[in-house]
Amino acid sequence: MPADIFLNVAVGGVLTGLVYGLMALGLSVIFGVVRVVNFAHGEMMTIAMYLAIALFSAFHLDPLVMLVPIALAMFAFGYLLQAGLINNFIARPEHSQFLLLIAVGIIIANVLLILFGPDAQNVQVAYAFESYQIGPLIIDTTKLYGGLAAIVVATALLGFFRYTAVGTAIRACADNYTGALVVGLDVKRLYALTFGLGAACVGAAGTILLLLFDVTPAVGPAYTLLAFVIVITGGLGSMPGALIGGVLIGLTEATAGLLFSPSAKSMFAFAILVLVLLFRPQGVMGRRAA
Amino acid sequence: MIARLVEGVAPRTLAALAVLLAFFIAAPFFAGDYLLTVLILILYFAYAGQAWNVMMGFAGQLSLGHALYVGLGAYIAATLFVRFGIGPWLGLCIAAPVAALAGAFIGFLAYRFSVAGVYFAILTIAVAEFARVGFDHLTWTGASAGLFLPVAQYVHNDLWNLRGHPVMFYYILLGATVLAFVGCRALLQSRIGYFWLAIREDEEAARSAGIDTFRYKMMAVMISAAMTSFGGVIYAFYYNNLFPEQVFSISQSILIILGPIVGGVGTLFGPILGAFVLETIAESMRTLLEGVGVDLPGTNQLFFGIVLLLVVIALPEGVWPWLIRHFGLEERKI
Repeated sequence: MPADIFLNVAVGGVLTGLVYGLMALGLSVIFGVVRVVNFAHGEMMTIAMYLAIALFSAFHLDPLVMLVPIALAMFAFGYLLQAGLINNFIARPEHSQFLLLIAVGIIIANVLLILFGPDAQNVQVAYAFESYQIGPLIIDTTKLYGGLAAIVVATALLGFFRYTAVGTAIRACADNYTGALVVGLDVKRLYALTFGLGAACVGAAGTILLLLFDVTPAVGPAYTLLAFVIVITGGLGSMPGALIGGVLIGLTEATAGLLFSPSAKSMFAFAILVLVLLFRPQGVMGRRAA
Repeated sequence: MIARLVEGVAPRTLAALAVLLAFFIAAPFFAGDYLLTVLILILYFAYAGQAWNVMMGFAGQLSLGHALYVGLGAYIAATLFVRFGIGPWLGLCIAAPVAALAGAFIGFLAYRFSVAGVYFAILTIAVAEFARVGFDHLTWTGASAGLFLPVAQYVHNDLWNLRGHPVMFYYILLGATVLAFVGCRALLQSRIGYFWLAIREDEEAARSAGIDTFRYKMMAVMISAAMTSFGGVIYAFYYNNLFPEQVFSISQSILIILGPIVGGVGTLFGPILGAFVLETIAESMRTLLEGVGVDLPGTNQLFFGIVLLLVVIALPEGVWPWLIRHFGLEERKI
């Protein structure tokens, strides 16, 4: 196989992987702080994707422009979900939280099904079939823009956690729940903020992903699982790890799609997961737990 | 042995059990075809839920990928039957150990590296999905186009080859559910059962007390997997068609665990009651919506989701523990 084909596919995989990474970052933030497994993560992303479709058909706005309002809307959704529902489940056993979010996911998926119908939908931007050529390398414009947008959003989020007072407070909640309560942090509000941020993150990822893939109401669980595979691969509790895991999985899927059959690509993502658990259970970027 | 099984059970509970069993035995004589189909579904999910309960309810290991064992049981038995004419009971003798091995693989990966809690659950989903995509591409078993068992009008119920009327499947599933119920009770009353509960409650403490937690967790996964695979065999021979998309799907896994969680995790009655409650809700929802004339795809599922949400919020421990408290069915304290 010619090297330049492989290189093209690999670059495409890395760029797609960055968007996957942004999606997984949302999950990582929510699980790392709130300690609740967001099993409705993929469904939340489909909300953002359908929002983008609705806005696109109404105003013909580029998804990358709509990214900001959609992320804000998803932030509000996540904030209200955590404040109204999930905060009451913090002390409940894992399977109970799991069931709660499964129920939320079922509701989201079927509301979308009723509103938008079961068919696959996408947006057709003007640059959908354009590409940049650098030497032998041909990069799809959509993938390039998508990957760059994912980096910008992820950097903004990482900056928020590192440099703002609220971000520091949220990290304090994640590090030591009791300690955070003792120093007088309003943990429940911070949890709601965190869930909102995670939702905004996955909302942005969904909007970008619409440039690359179609959406159906039933696609949620597959993305939830993909996000989990990425988070475990990258390393639990490591935010850069989520991005790197995303790139790794994106690259794996693209290569597998090239060498085998595109429909078998998710098998290789799971194989990576098993390998990671076998040889580096703390993840690529994770530190070994004591 | 029998005395030990009923030890400490309130007579009221025993009486209720007897009435329930009599009801289920008599049901096919007055149930129509539609009701029979619903009852078969209830028993299938009660049985599979009981199998899942061994892992989660007793040993505290959350599996979200039980579709893996259903799928393995279904595909192995069906392939042996279609390709080699080997009957389902012999097929089960191969399917159950294979499912147990698959469970052992997951358990080994997870427990050696202390992948616990949520991450264990994700691993179970991932392996199930791996199998789904794998079978989607395995042309020998029909790949994504599906695997079909020959269907014909059978005059007699052929119990050996599981070809026959739904009533036969009903009684097989009823027998399996009763056996699973009694078997689980026996396990809970045995040494293994006590070790499992110790691990579920506090693994560190269990290990300190000298319990080989790795071994007993592995046993829970393997027993649960083997039990579930029988559900898969019945699934294959009852429906006569298999698609990786359906039998290995995440929603299959979720449907299996909904029953025990709604009914009450870790209780023997939870899976049965939960399956009954959920199917009743789902079916009455369908009838109701049809009656009102709403025919939008998704409405049924939407209401199901809402009811599920309300049940989770209102009855955190499940329906059975709630019933116990309100009707005085608890075991007497000895």
